[in-house]
Amino acid sequence: MSPRAAWRLETLGFERVHDFVGGKLEWLVAGLPTEGTGPHHAVAGEVVMPATFVCGLGTLSGVVRSKLRAGSDSVCAVTNEEKIVLGRVRWRDLPDADDVPVEDFMQPGPATVRTIEQLGPLVGRMQETGVKTILVTDAKGRLLGMLHRGDAERLLNERP
Amino acid sequence: MPGEIGLEEVRRLLDEDYGQLVEVLPEREYQEEHLPGAISLSLKTLTDETAAVLDRSRPVIVYCWDDG
Repeated sequence: MSPRAAWRLETLGFERVHDFVGGKLEWLVAGLPTEGTGPHHAVAGEVVMPATFVCGLGTLSGVVRSKLRAGSDSVCAVTNEEKIVLGRVRWRDLPDADDVPVEDFMQPGPATVRTIEQLGPLVGRMQETGVKTILVTDAKGRLLGMLHRGDAERLLNERP
Repeated sequence: MPGEIGLEEVRRLLDEDYGQLVEVLPEREYQEEHLPGAISLSLKTLTDETAAVLDRSRPVIVYCWDDG
């Protein structure tokens, strides 16, 4: 939205126009002050963690097993070359054999959230459904990172 | 062509060059929370008349939620 507004201002004759790419979210994550009537909702983007391991459709199960942290809650995203999320793999989905491509055992089309998703309702839904980790993408479906429910719960406890 | 800038440059423009912040999100979101000193000019209402509140000699920094 802001790139279009920046272009619009240029067409109106403004010569020194800049688009703040990170926007309100980056400002909040940096802990900088804001103004307004509130409520000041915590959002998903404030607790996104980088994905430490991402696999492709052709990645073999043995590779995933060696890279993914062992544990029933452990999850990795499956993306293409453009970082678009295609699926996800849970530790418990891994087959016994080491030579099975991810495409054969991943969960296609996993739920994702945007950085601007309000954290309170999101955590509520994750608690109700027992989800501990969810993928975070931009508007085009590109992976930005993972949101761990525990991190979100801690932030909500500090700043409801 | 409008330049894309990050947080550090935003703060520099505000501190050193009298930058003007413009939030282009809907008015309700602006009312709830906005960057200090920002004015609200939603994309749908951005015209020569509404933009007249801006000083053309100073940098204008537009923002929304993120780059998504």
